[in-house]
Formats: sequence, C-alpha cells, structure tokens
Amino acid sequence: MSFSNEQMTRYSRHIILKEIGVKGQKRLMEGRVLIIGAGGLGSPAALYLAAAGVGVIGIADADEVDLSNLQRQIIHTTADIGRPKVQSAREKMEAINPDIKVNAYQTLAVADNILDLITDYDFVIDGSDNFPAKFLINDACVIARKPFSHAGIIRFQGQLMTYVPGKGPCYRCVFDNPPPPDAVPTCRQAGVIGAMGGVIGSLQAMEAVKYLAGAGELLTGFLLTYDALEMKFRKVKLPDKAGGCAVCGEHPAITKPFDYAPAVCNIEP
Amino acid sequence: MILTVAGTKKEYPPDLTVTKLLEAEKVEMPMYVTVSLNDEFLKREEFDDTLLKENDSVEFLYFMGGGF
Repeated sequence: MSFSNEQMTRYSRHIILKEIGVKGQKRLMEGRVLIIGAGGLGSPAALYLAAAGVGVIGIADADEVDLSNLQRQIIHTTADIGRPKVQSAREKMEAINPDIKVNAYQTLAVADNILDLITDYDFVIDGSDNFPAKFLINDACVIARKPFSHAGIIRFQGQLMTYVPGKGPCYRCVFDNPPPPDAVPTCRQAGVIGAMGGVIGSLQAMEAVKYLAGAGELLTGFLLTYDALEMKFRKVKLPDKAGGCAVCGEHPAITKPFDYAPAVCNIEP
Repeated sequence: MILTVAGTKKEYPPDLTVTKLLEAEKVEMPMYVTVSLNDEFLKREEFDDTLLKENDSVEFLYFMGGGF
C-alpha cells in the first residue's frame, strides 16, 4: 500500500510520530475494528477511529437515536432522532474520512450472532450498556481469541481494561458473573455525565490504535479507573488471570457464548 | 496496623477481616465487589475469614455497567 498525497497530508500528524510513522499508519489503514454499541462510548471511539483511517470499522447497535441520547452520544445530531444509530454513525464516519469502509450492523449482539460479528475484525470495542452484553462480548472474544477493550461508565465514574489473548486476565476473571438485574445501577436511573463517554470511549479508541499500530503498552493486566469529581485516574494492577476462570481458565466451563437474561430498567426514560 | 487500601496507606485497627474492611470503607453493595489482596483475587466466600496483616495491599474492583 502506498500513500496518496492526500493521505500523506491527512495522516501527517500520525506519520510524524516515531511510534506510528508510515508503518504504523499503514497498519491502521489495514486494520479492522468492531465497535459494539453506537452510544456514549461508541460515539467518540467511532469518530476517532474513522479519523485515524482505520481501514474497516464495524459498528453494531439495534437502537434508534432518541432525544435523551444527544447529551452524550456525540456522533448523532438532533436531525438523526428516530433514525437507526448505526446509519447515523456511518454517515458521520464517512463524512470525516471517505478513505474508510464502515460496516453497519443494525442488530443486538447476542449469543447467536456474536462470533459471526467479531470474526472478521482484529480488535473489538465493548461500548455496550449492560452486563449481559459485556459478559457476552468477553466470552466471545476469549473463545475466538480476539483482543478487546472493555469499559463501563456511570455517573461521574468510568473504567476500562484491555484483554489480549494469552496476556493478563479477562473481564470474567475480575467479575465472575453479572450482578442480579438492578442490583448494581446500570440503567437510566443512575445517570452519567456526558463527557464521561468522551473520556473513556476515546481511551478505548486509543487502545485500538495502539494495538493496531503496535505502539506502547496496552491496558492488559490493569484496570484504569477515572473519578471525575475527584479528578483522579488510577491504574489498578489486576492479579494474573484467575486459574479457575470459567472462560479463560485451564478447564473452562464456558466453551461457547450464551445470553444472560437482559436487565430490566424499572423506570421510564 | 498499616494497610494500603485502593492505593492509599492508612492506619487500621488490628484483627480486621476483609468483610470488616469493606464496612469500614463504606463500600456500597460489598457482595458485588471484587477484592484483590496482595495482587491475588480473593473469593467472596473468603471475605469473612480472611484476616488482614500489616502492609497488606487491598484493591476494590467495582462493577460498572454503563456504556449508554
């Protein structure tokens, strides 16, 4: 792959970085990233990966844009209300960078389709908004040996970790099972500060870019936590993978993806 | 007894179990918190019986479900 003059200019601020260079930018352009969820985390991740020139970006979400999304889901505009999120997201990504290919999947990620969804991608970004999806994405990525970035955000807090096969613990090593529905605030009643998706979703994009370009150290074996009220980041060292982990342990009980019952929000939006 | 809890060194009373530490630190919904002790995952059923020692390092890892 040789770069056009336009590409040399478009990606010049990447190419000039010694950790990226022509080689790293080429890797980004040959890279394939799947983003699950076109919401608070997925919006900034999708915008930055598109701008970075990641060759193929998949984006999966079953929902349509709602007015209450716009406080934080910055890839969608007021004019997009009622439209499929993946269609809205694809348009913005292609408008930023016509160089890239966007695959839009207007579907929920479930046990029946998750392995097909992730199979063609090099890296997966979990931008889902519920525990069943987060465990499903983890299990599928462990089983299919796909690196992925996990993240969660709520109120003024966010956290993320990166799983790479054979390196460090998976999400299920840290949290062996989802909490019972509604035991831990997950849904609309808890609220989230809009810029939190920007902070954490951008960090997920950063991990994907570093993974593809082969630059720096990934958040494998660490959980990065961010408290916006105290304005405090912590990089918490995680133990090595749990030997007894049900999916990545030595004798895994989970050998194919399965669905947990979805959590039910008990209030109206 | 000095412990490092969530990265901060502090003085704690002796004979402290992990369950008591979760209470002292006012951790919300402790039954859903993952605890690592000196860089090892601790099973939830061990919280009651695990006595903390001088210079132990404890991390609390919280579920965070949103992506919104």
